[in-house]
Amino acid sequence: MEANISLSLKNFTQLENFGHSLRAPSYCFRLTCVEEVDKIFRLARENGLTVTVRGAGRSYNDASLNGGGIVLDMSAMNQILEWDPATGVVRCEPGVTIEKLWHQVEPDGWWPPVVSGTMKTTLGGCLSTNVHGKNNFKMGPIGEHVVEFTALLPTGEEITCTPKKNADLFYSMISGLGMLGVFTSITLQMKHVESGLLEVHAWPVHDLHEHLFLLLDKAPNYDYVVGWLDTMNGGKSLGRGQIHAANYLHGNEDPNPQKTMQLNSQILPPRIFGVFPKSNLYLFMRPFVNNLGWWGVNTAKYVASLRKHTFRQSHAAFHFLLDYVPNWELSAGRGGLIQYQSFLPKETAEYAWREMLTMSLRRGIPSYLGVTKRHRPDKFLLTHAVDGFSLAMDFKVTNKNRSTLSKMLQDFDRVVLNAGGRFYFAKNSETSAEAARTFLGTETITKFKELKKRCDPNHLLESDLYRRVFG
Amino acid sequence: MSNYPKPAASTPLNPRRRGIIVGASDGIGAALARRLAHEGFTLAVLARSEDKLDSLCNEINQAAHEQRARAYVHDVAEYEKVPGLLRKIVSDLGGLDVVVFVAGVNYPPGGIDKYNFENDRKMIEVNLIGGMAWLNPVAEMFQSAKAGQIVGIGSVAGDRGRVGNPGYNTSKAGLATYLEALRNRLTRHGVNVLTVKPGFVQTEMLKAAQGPTPFTIAPEKAVEDIWKAMQKRRQVIYTASIWRWIMLVIQHTPSFIFRRLSF
Repeated sequence: MEANISLSLKNFTQLENFGHSLRAPSYCFRLTCVEEVDKIFRLARENGLTVTVRGAGRSYNDASLNGGGIVLDMSAMNQILEWDPATGVVRCEPGVTIEKLWHQVEPDGWWPPVVSGTMKTTLGGCLSTNVHGKNNFKMGPIGEHVVEFTALLPTGEEITCTPKKNADLFYSMISGLGMLGVFTSITLQMKHVESGLLEVHAWPVHDLHEHLFLLLDKAPNYDYVVGWLDTMNGGKSLGRGQIHAANYLHGNEDPNPQKTMQLNSQILPPRIFGVFPKSNLYLFMRPFVNNLGWWGVNTAKYVASLRKHTFRQSHAAFHFLLDYVPNWELSAGRGGLIQYQSFLPKETAEYAWREMLTMSLRRGIPSYLGVTKRHRPDKFLLTHAVDGFSLAMDFKVTNKNRSTLSKMLQDFDRVVLNAGGRFYFAKNSETSAEAARTFLGTETITKFKELKKRCDPNHLLESDLYRRVFG
Repeated sequence: MSNYPKPAASTPLNPRRRGIIVGASDGIGAALARRLAHEGFTLAVLARSEDKLDSLCNEINQAAHEQRARAYVHDVAEYEKVPGLLRKIVSDLGGLDVVVFVAGVNYPPGGIDKYNFENDRKMIEVNLIGGMAWLNPVAEMFQSAKAGQIVGIGSVAGDRGRVGNPGYNTSKAGLATYLEALRNRLTRHGVNVLTVKPGFVQTEMLKAAQGPTPFTIAPEKAVEDIWKAMQKRRQVIYTASIWRWIMLVIQHTPSFIFRRLSF
């Protein structure tokens, strides 16, 4: 099917980010084949417009937005081109989602080595932001499991990259925010699993020190580690929460692996108690998404987590928490929500987060979500990883809190940068060009811009994010 | 003209609204540009005179200490240039939230027994067809985006055909009807269309007026009313507001009386 490639105002669409906190009108084209990408580049060049590549639009910020320009929606280029159940190597078009990928590989005894917190993301998007999972400390970001990719550059050149071949582009296009070229195929190595279940251990933690200590301590012995942090309680119990650590099941630990690896034992139930459809659940969350309501929710969750326990859970249920309540991101209301995720070295994390969490409670703008993870550095050019931890916080945006929240996040930025921390370009929406320069370093930025000049001399590829941070 | 740097980024916590003002060289257009820039808008200002636009942009950008207004030299009667220019502006601004059509000319025939087709034609070409040339593609754009606001500056002169200036009355009546039709088309798509009907405003155009000019207001006062109406997403306003009542009376004056009057 040939998409209608012209700048007709009929193609002018209002696009949003994942948190529904930004809207940008663009000429949006949903492509079905690689040949059309080149046509779009020509159209952009002739009309003096810029192009942004968009996958599932699951970034919390402006990574897939291009106000007034062209957006290439890749979600229809979603074919799995080759799948070899013997080796676990899969070759996909860039619009294949994590969901489609695990549906393909799990019944054969494989699982994607790195997955995001939602399965709706596309592989192209995952590579552009170089996503990580709850196993970052062990498996690194998704880029480390890419065997090969092909891409089309705005110059018209088609390239193939592996960690050895065109290595500079391999390590910069992955994490490169779609600013160097457009992925046309992605080859990934899957991880062999012997069961569809994980053994999950849960521990309560009573303060921030214990929280970070447990993350650090448990990580070497587990495949996955993740923490929930109660962001609504300060004082002595600041940083309290719960740590979940999970291991794959091996050998005959799972009595019936054939059954647990089937899709129907993995797929998240669409109804609660088999009755209530979850697609409307977010509406019932709305009344609680305020300081008092969410304090109640967090406190109840903490009390429920005080019992140390172990249970078995399917891969899908463990990983895709964000898909558990569909449209949950709408529960924040009209202003939408933003996420602020900071990555801090293990030496400075406790001090910095104590300061930030205290600040947010004192100013009356607590985060409604706190998720902690353990990380290790990687070799990709625009990396966000550190040898330390990350803390993701969600904030509800309202007309009332905009300016105070903005000031607070600027203060957060200062604390994080002074502590040697980094930010993640799929998440934070307020990171300034100066902040990016501070944590990436001028050398990295110069290198990125040189690569950009080589791949995209006419600056055809630009997103709102690129203009904000590198423009 | 296109050497302006990219405007400041719009983020969830520091959102930027973007607007186009067609006809911003002076009067209501220039005053509205100053006001919207002050409210944080990033603006494209359009007019024929490059000098006037440049000094307006300089003034706005210096007051804001950042790039908030950019100039585009444009003659409203060059209809065929509109779609390309609109596309360029939307790309330069990074989006579009509001379009204000202020451009208008007034050439009174100079007496109740004088006729001047050339002048009438110019008024229709700028005031009415110019408005349609701009607002048609804008309407299409806003309809697909399911958001936006259109502001058209009509006039109390469009509410009734009077002896003094048939061409001007017709152009503004046509614009008001056109805006009403747009409103009826676009409200269902989440787009607001505001018709502003000023009385006498202290501008260059007022110099063309013959006879007394009661209830004359400064452009800043008119702009204050327009900005309030934009925020409330009103449909039709008069400025000064007293004109609503005056025009109510004038509109309901029976023809057998009205045709004997000489204003």
